[in-house]
Order: sequence, then C-alpha cells, then structure tokens
Amino acid sequence: MTVVPPALSAHSAAEAPAAPATLAQKLVARAAGRTQVRPGEIVTCRVDLAMFHDSSGPRRLKPMLEELGASIWDKGKVVLVIDHYVPEADDESRRIVRLARDWATEQRLPHVYDGLGICHVVLPQAGHVRPGMFAVGGDSHSPTGGAFGAYMFGIGATEMLGVVVTGEIWLRVPQTIFMRWYGRLADGVSAKDMMLHMLGRFGMNGGQYQAVEYCGEAVAALPMGERMTLANMSAELGAQTGLVAPDAVTRAWLAERGVRVDAAALEPWHSDEGADGVRHAFDASALVPQVALPHSPANVASVTELPPTRIDVAYIGACTGAKIDDLRAAARVLAGYRIAPHVQLLVAPASRQDQQQAEREGILRRLVEAGATVLPTACGACAGYGGAIGEGRTVISSTARNFRGRMGAATAQVLLGSPFTVAASALRGVVSDAREIIG
Amino acid sequence: MRTWRLPADVDTDQLAPGPAMKHGIDVIARHCLEAVRPDFAAGVRRGDVIVAGPHFGIGSSREQAAAVLVHLGVAAVVAPSFGGLFFRNAFNVGLLLLVCREAERIGDGVGLALDPLGGLVLPSGGAPLAVEPTPPFLLDMVQAGGLLPQLKARLAARKESRHGT
Repeated sequence: MTVVPPALSAHSAAEAPAAPATLAQKLVARAAGRTQVRPGEIVTCRVDLAMFHDSSGPRRLKPMLEELGASIWDKGKVVLVIDHYVPEADDESRRIVRLARDWATEQRLPHVYDGLGICHVVLPQAGHVRPGMFAVGGDSHSPTGGAFGAYMFGIGATEMLGVVVTGEIWLRVPQTIFMRWYGRLADGVSAKDMMLHMLGRFGMNGGQYQAVEYCGEAVAALPMGERMTLANMSAELGAQTGLVAPDAVTRAWLAERGVRVDAAALEPWHSDEGADGVRHAFDASALVPQVALPHSPANVASVTELPPTRIDVAYIGACTGAKIDDLRAAARVLAGYRIAPHVQLLVAPASRQDQQQAEREGILRRLVEAGATVLPTACGACAGYGGAIGEGRTVISSTARNFRGRMGAATAQVLLGSPFTVAASALRGVVSDAREIIG
Repeated sequence: MRTWRLPADVDTDQLAPGPAMKHGIDVIARHCLEAVRPDFAAGVRRGDVIVAGPHFGIGSSREQAAAVLVHLGVAAVVAPSFGGLFFRNAFNVGLLLLVCREAERIGDGVGLALDPLGGLVLPSGGAPLAVEPTPPFLLDMVQAGGLLPQLKARLAARKESRHGT
C-alpha cells in the first residue's frame, strides 16, 4: 500500500542563528512546534503516528475510552497490528484477538494489520514510518522506527490513551549519546553483535532513557533491516529512542515500498557538527560474534571465548531477529547442511512480506531442508505468549531479551545471538562461530 | 508502611510475568515478583513501600508491571534509578516513584515515611535520605490517581465550559 502523509519539515530558524543541534533535538523541536529545544526541559509534542497491538491496544484502550466518553483524535494517524496473541492458542487469546478485531471494525480504523507480522516490522513495511516523524508505539521495541530517522518510542496503555484522546504527549528533551562505529564489520558479524557488544559495555540502563544515535561508516554501510536491529534493541540499552540518520539507503528502502521521500526532505534530519552529546567510538572491524548468556541481554561474552555450550533449541524469530536480512544470514550458514540431530530449529519470520521474500529467494526452502520448522509470522515464543519454551531447555535465540522465564519456563536457559550465530549453533549443536562455516 | 527490599535490575517480566499477561490484573497480582520474592504477593499490605536496587522496572512497556503494584496497595517504589518506560507508566497509573541514590541503605521490613515535596525519605531509626525532586505535574498526576482521572476531569471541564457559554 502507498501512504501519502503530510509534509514533515523542520522549522526554519530564519529569526536567529540556531545552535548546533542533534538529530533527536531537531525531531523533538519540530514536534513541539519550537525552533530549538534544550536537553532536560519538558515539552509537549504533537504525535504524527500512534501504533499499538492486540496486547497493549484495544483491550486496554476500549474500556478507558468508554469510561471517558472520548473518541480517537485522528484515526488516520493510528495503526493497529494484531501480532501478539495470533494464531490464537487458547480461549483467553481468542477473546483478546476478537476484542481487537471487533473494536477495529466498530471504530472503522483505516490501518489494521491482522496476522501479517510483528508490529515494528509491519509498520515501516506498510509505509507508515517516515524520516522526520514523531511517533509512539504501545510496545517497548518501538524505537525500531528510529532506524528511519523518526523519533519513536514505547509507551504504556494509559499513556497511549492520553495520546489517542489528545494527540499529544510530554517529553523530557533527551541528551544524545553517539555510538560511532568506524571500520567495517567482518563477514558473519552483524548489527546484533554490535548491539550485544554495546550492551555488555554499558548495561541495560546505559542509555539512561536518553536518545542514542548510531553513526559512523559501519552503520552507514548497514542495510535497513540491520539498522532496524540496532534501533530495536535501544530498548535493551534503556534509551528512549535509537536513531540512524536517514540517507539514500533509507530512501531506496522506502521507495521499494511505495513511499517516495525527496533527497531534499532528508536534509534537516542529521546531527549538526559540534552538537552537544556524549560520544563513544567502536572499531567494527575488530568485532567478533557476541552472545548474551542467561538471564540478561547485558551478560555478554564473545563466542570465541565461550566454553562448549550444548543447545537444545535454536530460535530465529521476533522483530529483532527474523527480518529478511536475518533469514538470509541464517540460510547462508545452513544451505546444503542438516542441523545437529538433537537440536530443534524454529524459524518464525518477522512478517508476511519477509516470509514471501524469503520464499522467492529460496531461503525458506533451504532452511526447511536443513531441518527448520517454520512457525507463524507473529511474536510467538519471544515474549512467552505463544509456543513457549519448555522446562530445562537451553535455547539460543535471535530475539532481544533473555530474562528468566520470559520465553516460557523459568528453568530454561536462554542465550541471545545473531541469526548467523543461531544458525551455526543449530548446525553444530553447540554455540558456534558462523565465520568458521561461511568463511 | 513497611519496606520490601528487592535487588537490582528487577524487570517488568518479573513484575508482570508473560504467561499471566493474558489474564486480568488480579491474576497477574498473584504472580507478581514470584521469581524474585515469592513471599511478596501474599504478604504485601496496603501502604507498604518497595525499596530496590538500580534499574527497577527495566524491560517491556507492559503497564501492568506498574498497575499490579497499585493493585497490591504499594504506596511507592524507592530506588537509585528506574527503567524509563516504567517510570512514565508508574505515574500514569498513579504510582509514586522516588529516585534515591542511597536507597540500598534502607533495610527490609522497616518503617519508612515519604516526603516527596521535602525531597526526603525517613527510615525508622535511621538518618533521612535525600530523594531527587519529582516534577510537580507528575506529583499532581499521582495525587489525582493517574492520567485517566486527570483526563476525565479535563474533558468534563471542557464540556462544562462549552455548555456554560
């Protein structure tokens, strides 16, 4: 589908010479109707896009809207994605999903994506996220939209009610933390490894609810799917949002999905030279595959220094780790091989669009031939909502979180890795370095 | 008002476990913190205060992680830092959070008086500890019982002024 949203432009600061600003500050300033904002001040922003799903959305919003006797401020700016409780596994799930569908019909919501994939991936694929936007999502991985140069962050259901009724939200203007990656990633090393490395260094609250901007030549070289992985896991870093300045790669990706953005329209959306911020630098070429050990995404080690770790389940899924780029990585490792006999390999493509693309490229066939079971394009086991992981299992997963019990049993041991690492581990039955296989 | 001491990095999935999320708040409440402090859900009393280590509430956007504490009668959470999303959610559902760098000096099961306006918490038998100032509009939100009652009042006032003129 093609969406033609209203023009987004930064305020021209013709009156006064503006101080150098970060991308995050420029995005917030536009949404607040200001020429400039200062980190720390509290502003009210107009929301361009509000996304929610079956778990955080209708079942919470409907009763509160009825209690208020209020209606949605602008239905064209609202997107509902049904992804958490589909396919419906039991009566409670059926009730939640039916409520979402009935409410969407009753409200005549124009943008509803039902069983078509995970919200953070479906949203940009359907053309709803554009550079320059200010957007909120009813899910913690909403910073994924930041990969497109949109200021996007997650909020809870009551706060979403506030947005849905008023079209506005308050914000404490963030500092920007620049994560500059110079050099080039080695083959078999990916955005997930960059993210796990940063998590190992800064911890799960290292982002301090500020804005993180990923930059440098290694970031500029990443395709959109990989940039989305970085922005997505800004949630694990504890940042409010995670941004990548939009460029020709962004424009080309959007154009393929029917969203035309002029080069000139991207002009304002970058951090000015000399803008204030905290700066960290990393050498991409020195990075080796990383894994997070149980039970925290920040409990990080290099694959190369890990003792032999036997796995039972390899899971390629979620908004973080089952986009087309992730499926391609897994298929590169597994093509022509069979996984270890004791391993169960589960693949849940992030969206229908990614699944169809993977079918066209022969990727899905190669994964199935290697022994993968393909699951529905939904959130699935990532949040323990569907097809959860059993007692005592050791899992390596391309998802974002390995909190104790999140994916199912509290006795399960979950490690996180890139799709390369998950595929290589499925093949050998122990946590493995994909570079030894594809090299 | 007694304290419940919790460790660092208590996440949203421990407060509102995934498998309970399809149920109502009363069921989620029975499982609240069961992986960290199994005696909490049954033992917590109205007005009790949670005292935790850094990064309380990191993780998901699920508002039930904060709402469940309101449901169980928790008066406030005192910790050196909070997950940013949880921080917003808590005030939105009427739960007071106080940022106290020295929170971990407060014991388990002790009395604790809260003075957010004075920027202090007072453990019984101990020295007062400083808490960071909370923006007044967030204190108002807690006072009102959260964002929903505030929105209700705002809409009612708007309606009234429309009818009045």
